[in-house]
Amino acid sequence: MNEWIEIQPEQIDDIVQIIREQYGYDFSDYSRASFTRRVKHCMQAAHIKNVTDLQHHLVNEPSFFNWFLQTLTVNVTEMFRDPLFYKALRETVIPRLASYPIIKIWHAGCATGEEVFSMAILLKEAGLLERTRIYATDLNPANLEKARKGIMPLSAMKEYTANYIRSGGVEEFSSYYEAHRDYVQLDSSLLKNVLFSQHNLVTDQVFNEFQLICCRNVLIYFNKILQNRVLQLFYDSLVPLGYLALGMKESLLFMDVRPRFDSIKDEAKIFRRKN
Amino acid sequence: MPDTLPEIVVIGGSAGSFPIVLHLIESLPLSFPFALVLVLHRQKSGPSEMDKVLSLSTHVPVIEPNDKEFVLPSQVYLAPQNYHLLIEKDRTFSLDYSEAVHYSRPAIDPAFESAGDVFGSRAVGILLSGSNHDGAAGLAHLVAMGGKALIQDPSLCDFSAMPLAGLARVPEAVIVHPSTIVNRLFSP
Repeated sequence: MNEWIEIQPEQIDDIVQIIREQYGYDFSDYSRASFTRRVKHCMQAAHIKNVTDLQHHLVNEPSFFNWFLQTLTVNVTEMFRDPLFYKALRETVIPRLASYPIIKIWHAGCATGEEVFSMAILLKEAGLLERTRIYATDLNPANLEKARKGIMPLSAMKEYTANYIRSGGVEEFSSYYEAHRDYVQLDSSLLKNVLFSQHNLVTDQVFNEFQLICCRNVLIYFNKILQNRVLQLFYDSLVPLGYLALGMKESLLFMDVRPRFDSIKDEAKIFRRKN
Repeated sequence: MPDTLPEIVVIGGSAGSFPIVLHLIESLPLSFPFALVLVLHRQKSGPSEMDKVLSLSTHVPVIEPNDKEFVLPSQVYLAPQNYHLLIEKDRTFSLDYSEAVHYSRPAIDPAFESAGDVFGSRAVGILLSGSNHDGAAGLAHLVAMGGKALIQDPSLCDFSAMPLAGLARVPEAVIVHPSTIVNRLFSP
């Protein structure tokens, strides 16, 4: 059984401050409940028993911080996660994107890229991949490095194939990758027009204009203040009538930008910027 | 109402707990002074209709909360499929898509733990039938924060591993017969 770790709220403040001042990452407006959970998760994984020791490692060992950052942020993702969402994209959003000569899509908080790979497959099947540019960004450089390689565990393919079929896919899913002993290599032509780069939603600004922004299960890790700020950033980064896709349990209901979006698919959490 | 009644009641259950939860919701009055939060282990694959099933069978609507939705009294909440359910100091739900705990997402431990952090002595954690050890550590934390623990009598459980693990970790928990749970929530 894992060690049960107790942390006081003030100790979390101290850790946030160390990371901000020493490494430039600002977690002060992250959701406190989940951030605290992640810090405990890191401590358990590194067998660190108390917060003072954790602070000591953070202050004195930049290499420890790199590991900590990678472990702190949630990088859990899947291909075609929530098939009903991808079905809605296929049926409702992608046909509309087809009217733009160059399609620009932003995956904000792409983790290790599985949702980007899924999007590329949808676009390829719609005959739009050649004229699409996908900007896939994440806070975490290690994630981006992994995503660029397009390598995934072979053991995940059974579930991804089932997801793909439920999303309305009719091709042979295995034609999109090459299977090796225990991993698969995604067909690299799918990633030809994908640019993976580091972007921090907390501190970075608008960098382009998009017809679709996907940011699924990222805002849940932020508090309401930061959620509002990031949603404003998305609003400013969308063309009029551009689409915004959120996670299945993320809502615009309590957010400042709510009146400036229409909900076009409630159950799939797809919104559209008003004109 | 005496002010020692709970403000939040979190129920954790796995295999064998569903009929008990259903009966418990059916026994609730139309309004009650606490938020009732259900964390039930469920299948990962396939869309889950559990909230609809529960709502159809009972007179109280069962809500799967969105992220940052307020925790309100007189409401029954069901932890959404594929998310851990946490609570913030401002009494809003916070969802978390991180790794499964005890092979489960939602898991019971994180919900008990954060209910204890936020509601302290006004939190009640209830552990029902189940076949793994999820909930025990979280319940211990909830009690350490001043909250109250109820555990279904293991001899009355279809699967006793979960309540037994809970009792091993929280020996001071009150052992309850399922039919008495609702009454206990209304008597300080």
